[in-house]
Amino acid sequence: MKEIRIAAMVAAALAVSAPAFAGATLDAVKQRGFVTCGVSTGVAGFSNPDSAGKWTGIDVDNCRAIAAALFGDAEKVKLVPTTAQQRFTALQSGEVDVLTRNTTQTLQRDTALGFNAAGVNFYDGQGFMVPKKLGVKSAKELAGATVCVQPGTTTELNLADYFRANRMEFKPVVIEKLDEVIAAFFSGRCDVFTTDASQLASVRATRTQNPDDYVILPELISKEPLGPVVRHGDDQWFDVVKWSLIAMIEAEELGITSKNVDEMAKSTNPNIQRFLGVTPGMGKALGVDEKWAYNIVKQVGNYGESFERNLGKSTPIKLERGKNALWTDGGLMYALPIR
Amino acid sequence: MATGTGNLGPPQRSAASRLNWNDPSFRAILYQIIVLGLVALTVWYLVSNLQANLKSRNIATGFGFLGLEAGFGISESLVEYSPASTYGRAVFVGILNTLRVAVIGIILATILGTIIGVLRLSKNWLISKVCSAYVETLRNLPLLLQLFFWYAIITETLPSARQALNPLPGIFLSQRGINFPVPAFGIAFDLILIGVALGLIGAVAFRIWAQKRQDRTGQQSPVLLVAAGLILGMPLLGWLLGGAPTEMSVPELRGFNFRGGASLSPEFAALLIGLIAYTAAFIAEIVRSGILAVTHGQTEAALALGLTRGQTLRLVVLPQALRVIVPPMTSQYLNITKNSSLAVAIGYPDVVSIANTAINQTGQAIEGIALIMAVYLSISLGISLFMNWYNKHIALVER
Ligand SMILES: N[C@@H](CCC(=O)N[C@@H](CS)C(=O)NCC(=O)O)C(=O)O
Repeated sequence: MKEIRIAAMVAAALAVSAPAFAGATLDAVKQRGFVTCGVSTGVAGFSNPDSAGKWTGIDVDNCRAIAAALFGDAEKVKLVPTTAQQRFTALQSGEVDVLTRNTTQTLQRDTALGFNAAGVNFYDGQGFMVPKKLGVKSAKELAGATVCVQPGTTTELNLADYFRANRMEFKPVVIEKLDEVIAAFFSGRCDVFTTDASQLASVRATRTQNPDDYVILPELISKEPLGPVVRHGDDQWFDVVKWSLIAMIEAEELGITSKNVDEMAKSTNPNIQRFLGVTPGMGKALGVDEKWAYNIVKQVGNYGESFERNLGKSTPIKLERGKNALWTDGGLMYALPIR
Repeated sequence: MATGTGNLGPPQRSAASRLNWNDPSFRAILYQIIVLGLVALTVWYLVSNLQANLKSRNIATGFGFLGLEAGFGISESLVEYSPASTYGRAVFVGILNTLRVAVIGIILATILGTIIGVLRLSKNWLISKVCSAYVETLRNLPLLLQLFFWYAIITETLPSARQALNPLPGIFLSQRGINFPVPAFGIAFDLILIGVALGLIGAVAFRIWAQKRQDRTGQQSPVLLVAAGLILGMPLLGWLLGGAPTEMSVPELRGFNFRGGASLSPEFAALLIGLIAYTAAFIAEIVRSGILAVTHGQTEAALALGLTRGQTLRLVVLPQALRVIVPPMTSQYLNITKNSSLAVAIGYPDVVSIANTAINQTGQAIEGIALIMAVYLSISLGISLFMNWYNKHIALVER
């Protein structure tokens, strides 16, 4: 019944709320004093509560960066856990200001759903995970398999596309809650669990008793550019979200970290001076404090720091930077010029 | 009685007096018009506001999406469906899946609930206590919890497809559900179905005829025997006409899954068992109170008249108990239907689960919710209408 309630909320909210006007979201956020971000219900490395209830992950960092830019305080956030199914309704209805929640940017979502994608904080692709004991080596061997998947995802669509394109049959088992769908996979109800490869790695590393009992197949069957998403109707708010993420990447490009940011503020490099607000102008243009980028780097860190802290070699997930390395290192992360 | 003698006469029914503020019926109508106007105004405000908001946020609207390709798979379907089918088709599959679990659930919950309700009145201490315990436990645990429980039992305790239990030849029990052989009869299958329909119609017709004959002549006819003969015989005839085929489609493990035969999925099984077990507890209470409502004197009188125990139950106690039982039963049937929407929690593709996916892929929450509401409203009204008709049918005919 909860499902219906949540979706019914949109109808109600859209019907009752005053007609949207430019700047509505940004004004509301400022007045409220904190940013409300939709995050996942728990995918380690992206957004996940620890035993003390403190949330960490690159998506949480993305949210904190927005708060740092806007309020000079990365703590001024409220994280709302949403399942894949609930997230868009939550954003449409105004329950959250922004989704920082491993959400793939697609044409449909960018248009018909009424959203705008504000950059990419993780380049991903969809993969398959199977128990090792099945002896499967390639996704091409999965004909007839039963596949566990969460509803309301691009995952669900890519899955159908892939099997269709390869003339294979499959049986989906579609369960809304991540915990339940993973439990169904681990119990053996499904032969395969599919989602974005990074999240497969996260589930394998943090939710299995023995990660070595499971293998992630080599094929990536889709492109999944994940990033923050806002709703239509407030361009200034979109700008703040977009440039907060860019600032994290730009900081890495400029070699500015949370450790050396105060040092760097003394730099004579005009690029860095402009970035850190030593030379004013950028903050004013964006409608935030001139120290916005300084605050992001100081309180949250640059993109590379966030990646290493949440997904990198020192974490159980142990992801390579891969496509998420800076463009100067052969990756796709490329900050638009801050000037 | 003369008019014009002041207050004592009946009120003048002229046009002027009908618009009199002191006339209660005039006031009542006026109030209703005002309330109706306010409601209409509110609805108009909400709808126009909704349209403005949808427009300003550029959210797609309209039911056009139902004709677009759905693009997602559905695990079980009573009709042909593939990811290349439309959203409309997907929702239709969901409606059928909801009806499937609701109809079977209603029938089985009624049977189980009646048995438990009757046994709870048993003179045997153990049996009645076991039934009380059943009712009290199942009624008081949240249904969602029970669904998770049944689903976990099925998926955690049954072996994988490769090690499927094989209790009877051709029947396999595994985490893929129950796979069993079905006749592969081709045209004969349709003839059998026609036979079943003809048999049922024949049986009902015979019963009506027999009743009339008994009213007329007092002679009884062997209704049960003839009905059974018709219902079994007609399909048999269809099978013979179809060439008496004996081929079966037997499930067989190939690759990851069973091919051939038919299957019941763990999701369907868990949802069905959960709904039946939960609702039967409520139905048991309704049946028990219905039977208790018929005074014992009725039974004694019937027995004294020489009716057998079976006839007493069938002709005297049940018809009276049913009048107490049927109205609350209607709401249990509605509950089963509505509770089946918990399906999404354990992955059974009912209409809510599928409409939710459509909502998510298209972003059209309002249309999706409207669809879900229309479906449940139609099913609920259908059940209510049928039950009200049945209730009238069995109502006490006052002489
Ligand atoms: N990138 C895909 C899938 C994202 C997604 O929702 N992944 C799931 C599977 S790991 C998830 O995050 N679930 C967490 C939850 O439901 O809380 C999309 O945007 O549709």
